[in-house]
Amino acid sequence: MITIKLRRVTRTGFINFWRNGTVTIASLLILMVTLFTVGSLVLSGAVLSSLLGQIKDRVDINVYFKTNAPMSDIQALQKALTARPEVKQVTYTSAEEALTQFKARHQDNDLIIGSLSEIDENPLGAILNIRAKDPSQYESISKFLSTDAVLAPGGGTIIDKVNYNQNKLAIDRLSKVIDMVQKIGLLITILFSILAIVVTVNTIRLAIYTAREEIGVMKLVGASNNYVRGPFVIQGVMNGVLAAVLVMIILYPLTVWVGSRTDNFFGGLNVSDYFLSNFVQLFLILLGTGVILSVISSFVAVGRYLKV
Amino acid sequence: MIYFEKLTKIYPDETVALKDVSLSINKGEFVSIVGHSGAGKTTLLRMLLAEDRPTSGKVSVESVDVHRLHKNQIHKYRRKFGTVFQDFKLLPTKTAYENIAFAMEVAGRLDEEISRDVPDALELVGLSNKAWRFPRELSGGEKQRIAIARALVNQPEVIIADEPTGNLDPINTMEVVEILKKINQLGTTVILTTHNRGVTDSVKKRVVTMESGKIARDDKDGKYAL
Repeated sequence: MITIKLRRVTRTGFINFWRNGTVTIASLLILMVTLFTVGSLVLSGAVLSSLLGQIKDRVDINVYFKTNAPMSDIQALQKALTARPEVKQVTYTSAEEALTQFKARHQDNDLIIGSLSEIDENPLGAILNIRAKDPSQYESISKFLSTDAVLAPGGGTIIDKVNYNQNKLAIDRLSKVIDMVQKIGLLITILFSILAIVVTVNTIRLAIYTAREEIGVMKLVGASNNYVRGPFVIQGVMNGVLAAVLVMIILYPLTVWVGSRTDNFFGGLNVSDYFLSNFVQLFLILLGTGVILSVISSFVAVGRYLKV
Repeated sequence: MIYFEKLTKIYPDETVALKDVSLSINKGEFVSIVGHSGAGKTTLLRMLLAEDRPTSGKVSVESVDVHRLHKNQIHKYRRKFGTVFQDFKLLPTKTAYENIAFAMEVAGRLDEEISRDVPDALELVGLSNKAWRFPRELSGGEKQRIAIARALVNQPEVIIADEPTGNLDPINTMEVVEILKKINQLGTTVILTTHNRGVTDSVKKRVVTMESGKIARDDKDGKYAL
């Protein structure tokens, strides 16, 4: 009995899907616009967070040690820093390496190279390069570096200087900007999602409004509420699936085009690579959104005309 | 089998549609209910189909109190009746055949029964050759005959025809009346509302006359009497 009903409802759903051409196309198109918006928001969110990630990655602080700082103290400090939860990575550069890098950076500057060779010994100390997980955490790392814990056993500090103090303003501003960009991005996503949902729900309601007399007739002939609802829900599922597939087909060439245009600008992330490597997840997101949205709107919209 | 007991219906705007109406209809009867527009004919039928609740009074069918049915049972209750309306109420997205089959599908009938009974019903109303037309491709009389075929395909106990000839020309009207008489001869109770004198005259069965929400006359083998 149940299987007979299920089969009939499904078949009716399919038949209505084809016969109500214009109404089907109208709600399909609106649903596609919605899913396209959702897809673009997901993709641009990924681009944004990768972009912000790159910018964050470029922020770091250097701890310059005094030339006479003992190796064991530096290593102890490196260990202590690595153990801190907010620290992502600590890289050690020895005094010799620092000198080589310095020379390499200034190889065209005769004056600097000349004055370096005047001094016999290496004027540079070792360097610890610290990357935090988030730019806002440099403040606390910097505080940690000025506490007693990092003082040499002899009493005096082994740290010559920490360049956070010079870059403090820039880092603070950057982390504020990143924070704001993320908040605005989230706000736009929510706003667009709400708009898309409202438009879709109303379109589907209008589509079903055109069928209200039919719904009344079905009830008069003796159909149960669920039997009337069934075909509309099936149509909703078909709409959702079809819209998701079509939007994925449209998104692919679009991401290739956008990717080729913005590759240099964004540096790291290519949108079309991201699209391809997250193809399944993205498709499932669109499929889920589309099906749930259209099924729920159909269900609710039919309900309004069932009270005969 | 059908009893209306002291049925009163007052709409929220205080229009009195039915006033203390009592009427009983026996199995196998052909009852014509006549009266001017607004006399309460349609309201009476709506009460019978549980489309609306009475203000007071009771409708019972085979000792079931219609307005005490749970709303999950109403759609099953309605399957006792086959209904025919003035405006046909066919499903525009379904063909003639599918319209008739739909009534059987919702009643949960088997596919074999459907493919056996629908052609029979089409033959009874003489439209076997138009089974695959959509309602928009049929004339008014043909639509009404399809609607009758749909109403009787589930072999209901009662056929309710609410002004079935209201939109039809005299020739189609007579055809519809003949089909209804044929159905009645096969044992089905028929309740017909009309304000067409020719219809009741040719039926020559019980006529109930309604006037402003009350029953004015009830004649066996009656004629239209207004």
